[in-house]
Amino acid sequence: MALLEVRDLTVEFHRKGEEPFTAVDRVSFDVEPGQTVGLVGESGCGKSVTSLAIMGLLPKRGAKVSGTVNFEGTDLLRLSDKQLRDKRGRDLGMVFQDPLSSLNPVIPIGLQVTEVLERHQGLSRKAAMVEAADLLDKVGIPDPNRRLSEYPHQLSGGMRQRALIAIALACKPRLLIADEPTTALDVTIQAQILTLLRELVRDLGTALVMITHDLGVVAGLCDEVNVLYAGRVVEKAQRHELFAQPRHPYTHGLLASIPRLDAPRGERLNPIRGSVADNIPWTSGCAFAPRCPNVLDVCTEVTPVQEDIGGGRLLRCHNPVQPEVPQEVSA
Amino acid sequence: MLRYTVRRLIQLLGVVLVLSLLVFAWLRALPGGPASALLGDRGTDESRAALEQQLGLDQPIFVQYFKFLGRAVTGNFGNSTGVQPGDSVVDIFVQRFPATLELSIFAIVIAVVVGIPLGYLAAKRRGTWFDNLSVGGSLIGVAVPVFFLAFVLKEVLASKLGLPSVGRQDAIGATRVTGFFVLDGLLTQEWDAAWNALKHLFLPAIALATIPFAVIFRITRAAVLDVMDEDYVRTAEAKGLTAQLVRRRHVLRNAMLPVVTTIGLQIGALLAGAVLTEKVFAFPGVGEALALGFERRDYPVLQMLIMVAAIVYVVVNLLVDLSYALIDPRIRTR
Amino acid sequence: MAIGTKKERIDSLAESTADDSGVSLAASAWKRLRRSPVFLFGSFIIVAFIIIAVIAPWIAPHDPSARDLADQVIKARNQIPEPQPGHPLGGDLQGRDFLSRLLVGAQQTLLVGVFATLIGLAGGLALGTLAGAFGGWVDSLVMRIVDVMLSIPQLLLAFGIGALFAKPNLFTVILAVSIVQIPVFARLLRGSMLAQRGSDHVLAATSLGVKPGAIVFRHMLPNSLGPVIVQSTLVLATSIIDAAALSFLGLGNPDDRVPEWGQMLGGAQTVIDTHPQLAFWPAGCIIAIALGFTLVGESLRDALDPKNRR
Repeated sequence: MALLEVRDLTVEFHRKGEEPFTAVDRVSFDVEPGQTVGLVGESGCGKSVTSLAIMGLLPKRGAKVSGTVNFEGTDLLRLSDKQLRDKRGRDLGMVFQDPLSSLNPVIPIGLQVTEVLERHQGLSRKAAMVEAADLLDKVGIPDPNRRLSEYPHQLSGGMRQRALIAIALACKPRLLIADEPTTALDVTIQAQILTLLRELVRDLGTALVMITHDLGVVAGLCDEVNVLYAGRVVEKAQRHELFAQPRHPYTHGLLASIPRLDAPRGERLNPIRGSVADNIPWTSGCAFAPRCPNVLDVCTEVTPVQEDIGGGRLLRCHNPVQPEVPQEVSA
Repeated sequence: MLRYTVRRLIQLLGVVLVLSLLVFAWLRALPGGPASALLGDRGTDESRAALEQQLGLDQPIFVQYFKFLGRAVTGNFGNSTGVQPGDSVVDIFVQRFPATLELSIFAIVIAVVVGIPLGYLAAKRRGTWFDNLSVGGSLIGVAVPVFFLAFVLKEVLASKLGLPSVGRQDAIGATRVTGFFVLDGLLTQEWDAAWNALKHLFLPAIALATIPFAVIFRITRAAVLDVMDEDYVRTAEAKGLTAQLVRRRHVLRNAMLPVVTTIGLQIGALLAGAVLTEKVFAFPGVGEALALGFERRDYPVLQMLIMVAAIVYVVVNLLVDLSYALIDPRIRTR
Repeated sequence: MAIGTKKERIDSLAESTADDSGVSLAASAWKRLRRSPVFLFGSFIIVAFIIIAVIAPWIAPHDPSARDLADQVIKARNQIPEPQPGHPLGGDLQGRDFLSRLLVGAQQTLLVGVFATLIGLAGGLALGTLAGAFGGWVDSLVMRIVDVMLSIPQLLLAFGIGALFAKPNLFTVILAVSIVQIPVFARLLRGSMLAQRGSDHVLAATSLGVKPGAIVFRHMLPNSLGPVIVQSTLVLATSIIDAAALSFLGLGNPDDRVPEWGQMLGGAQTVIDTHPQLAFWPAGCIIAIALGFTLVGESLRDALDPKNRR
């Protein structure tokens, strides 16, 4: 049994006076203990909503969640509020995108770390502060003891994200979900944070669900990758297979659109044509059809189902990209 | 923090100075000129001319202003001409001030104690009948003129609830210690005196509290709604903290920032409301003195009381700003 | 470069910064307003009162200043005309038809509100734009004045201004009530101007060589319109109530041949024990119209809140 088993997770948003919007459409994936799994897709594909649904952090009104999320055998979606609160922070950790807005501006950093420790490990404030300083040190924050009494606005962006990672990992959870943790940071800091994450989850044996739109992040970090489009998983593969032989036209398009340093001068960029606004509903066929270079008539008539194409790879496509001669992949 | 305080205090002094200039100008702009302002209707042309010379009104305006300041600082504001004719204005103020203070404290306590929890609940139950009803109620509360509400309370509720409708306390020979009747009663353990004073305060305080309550309620509700959507609340939830801790340390701590500012502003607005409410209930406070002063054109009284009202307002707002700096570390550590 | 081209470029720049989804703020606000019961109810009240104010002279059964029932007023016995045929609400202390005074009073009351708001807005606009657009010492000076005005509680300041006039009349009331609104508008506009000075669309217009005056009037002011409209509706409500308070203290317009609700309410306070209806009816009208404007103002504020945008 995997650490996390997500089966047919569906999230529907209902707003007054509007059609219900399905942000996450029967998404399924597994995470083994210690494994790093990536959820990749562009903005609006449902990857963040998936992570919030797993943690039970979606608003109660307006969001309808169905399916099962089995964490160590327990369906998180069926737990009571109190039971969820016991698990969150202790067994499940989460790191969010914007480090400044994710920290309470009016209480010191130290307290924001110790409150997790006090809550789940029953430590006293004094003992927790010692532990907190140690945690801040582990995530690479210099002079941690002074930082304990400082406020979020006094720290730099990178340090804030490190603090948030420290908070998320404070109780050594078995699963960490990171929702675009580096998107709001400078490029140089991004690399540092990703390296930090990789080392920490390796040392702690924590499973990591990495949510991102950046394939570069995926390449450097994830063992397994799920590609999401319009709320459904369209391709799943091991990292090296995905990059070497992307089968789904969307994945292929994403990879092809990355500018390459060794491309000849004057060569045009290869964006995926159209935009998310051109999508058709999954019920009418394949959502990607209007933008797909491989589109066939059947794509706008029959909804493609997820198929196992061998070697643990899953694919949802009527007309996938054919495997090419293996090439060198520069990760 | 200290530098900030000192800076604000200097600003305060500046504002007070400008205010004194304004009041001085206002006094001179009053119909009939400053001499008749001090003499009221009883001044004849001769007495006015004599007083003008006596007051040095034939001197350059700067000299006059400084003399005015000098008199103000030494507490000489002249005698009342209409409200309590003959009495020193300063005495009138000292007599009446505790009454208004007591009334204002009760009013603001009511507004805060009812407004903040209600605002929080309305935010939590956004969109429900409870929310809509309380927001609607607060909107109506602002639309009703204070003096009319005071009337209604006085006429309709006073008799029904057996509450007194005028004055501050029935003559029962209570001992005076501080001038705050309820407090005095408690201090001297004359429970019936304290209770009697409380009964007199009840209706005027409710009338006075209505607008502050409505505003505090709306601001609390809006602030809580804003904060509830913030990312750091989501982080707190993701940590698995208890709902109570999230509410106390993350939601309310941040939501209170704008609420505290509002409370300060409302305390200032209370002064104006007190003028109307005290008049209706014949409550012998500073407000009633102001109301009568306006009615009877008692300029010495008006001059001092307006000056004091403005200073109090400015000081209260300064205190609010300082407390804001205490609560919000982002301002402190600049 | 032709002027036409520049103009088009600036306009499209301004539009593109309005919203990414292609819907302007005004259009999306209107969409939400149309569905808001609060807005609809408030607008209904306002429109109803405006209609009454306009047709009042025709539907009022009598001339509001004619003392037809004067002979039925017996001061000694504290008696005023009862409701009778032709006079559904009876008469007031001077023997005038009360219903007619209420109906026609809508005109004067609305006038007081509208003019007070306009004057306050004009003054605030002038000061705020001056301060915000130029910054520097102009800003400091203007804001000092505004701060001092704000350091006196609004109603108290209105009382003080009202007291300056030996012979108050309608104009002095409007003046007193409007002056206290100037600092609020000034603050509002200055804040909006300052916020926009560093914004992209202003920088773009400046770099294209648009004159400062045009920048202020065509690019900055329209963006400030939203909060100004919201504030204006709320000020309309408060000025009517403040005017009533002035009458209550005897600082209002003593000439009551042309009826005005605040004046009627203030004037009824001496006889409220014996003739409560003389106060309740005008009070009810004031509350209703103040509520109408407040509801509209609040729903406008919600609709224009950028955080609520789709």
